[in-house]
Amino acid sequence: MTPLSDASDAAVIKAFAEIPALLERTPALVTRGRFLDCDCLLGPMGRPFHVSIRAGRITELTPAPVLMRSWRFSYRATSAAWAEYWQAMPKPGWHDLLALTKRGEAVLEGDLHPFMAHLQYFKDLLALPRLDAATVSS
Amino acid sequence: MNGTIEPMVGRYVHVEIDGAMHRIYFEENGAGIPLVCLHTAGSDGRQWRHLLADEEFAKNFRIIAFDMPWHGKSYPPANWSGEEYQLTTVRYTQTIRAFCGALKLDKPVVMGCSIGGRIVLNLAIDHAAEFRALIGLEAADFQAPWYDTTWLNRPDVHGGEICAALVSGLIAPQSPQASRMETLWGYKQGGPGVFKGDLYFYRVDGDLRGRVEAIDTKVCPLYLLTGEYDFSCTPEDTKRTAAAIGGARVEIMEQLGHFPMSENPEQFRRYIAPVLGEILTQSIPTRQGVHV
Repeated sequence: MTPLSDASDAAVIKAFAEIPALLERTPALVTRGRFLDCDCLLGPMGRPFHVSIRAGRITELTPAPVLMRSWRFSYRATSAAWAEYWQAMPKPGWHDLLALTKRGEAVLEGDLHPFMAHLQYFKDLLALPRLDAATVSS
Repeated sequence: MNGTIEPMVGRYVHVEIDGAMHRIYFEENGAGIPLVCLHTAGSDGRQWRHLLADEEFAKNFRIIAFDMPWHGKSYPPANWSGEEYQLTTVRYTQTIRAFCGALKLDKPVVMGCSIGGRIVLNLAIDHAAEFRALIGLEAADFQAPWYDTTWLNRPDVHGGEICAALVSGLIAPQSPQASRMETLWGYKQGGPGVFKGDLYFYRVDGDLRGRVEAIDTKVCPLYLLTGEYDFSCTPEDTKRTAAAIGGARVEIMEQLGHFPMSENPEQFRRYIAPVLGEILTQSIPTRQGVHV
């Protein structure tokens, strides 16, 4: 897996924390997830977030660990992977959530049903910082 | 422009495959060297609509794209009773050869993408003398799986949505939005279990490692073109495959993914035009235009 500097780690974490606000500004994506209620673990490999989704909206995003908090599935990637994924024009092999798992830069674990049943929702949700590219420096 | 009618014409041909009659839908345009185009797993011949409508190519090639049985406008055969669809190497090879035979095509060029690219390799191994040239897009003898295909057909996951969402990542980010959505629409329209059934060939039955070395490109030229954004059949997969085949031509296509002909037709044209030009040049002494 690809390491990244502390500064870049911090930028990725900051960008993740802004995803709920970006989602609220993307009503079509909320609509796509309207049947989704899920508690999951998303984010950088070592410092992920507990994310609660209700009817397609993020109702809570809290840095892990939270004592005895459950999650159904987890998608975690290296900070380098997030930084590349969020580039306006990502490089080949860094441009898709499952490209990242295939190359070993991300790990998908747990009960995958909510993730797979709403795969395009999660791809688009986790790509939202790409639209706000200035938030992350490569 | 309002009122524009595209030049390709769609028809049905009845084709006997493995003893059963199939009603196969195909579209064609142009005259000259037969160029048969094979769609990807889980989609249909509409992927080739830009190539079919290409005025320049149509001057020298009879461009034909057909829907495999169970795909697009080709129904399953009449003797199908609902059992799970599963494409095999033998079945896929029979289907292509039977289609070409039914149309009485004289040494066609076959160009296939993804599973179509894989089967092109099998045609090169076992039936090279029947073809004028073979073109594999996103083709390799094998590639590492990156998801469990059981997700593609189960009652608690929408089949159209999951098929499209999975392959969406195989489209290059540079591809035009309209072409991206059109490519994905083909996946959203596939029949239940058809994409999964096609992948039985791709994942289980069609491993050609150790066999491609037998390909003789002096009998039939072989071209392999792969998009740089294809992480399913990666450029490395294609290069590794080509390295085992003497005389195979390889091109890695920039700013393209797994669906070059439909995700970005203009970009794809830059790469396929020289290949078709070369095939045309090589064919001039013996060229025959055969029409049915």
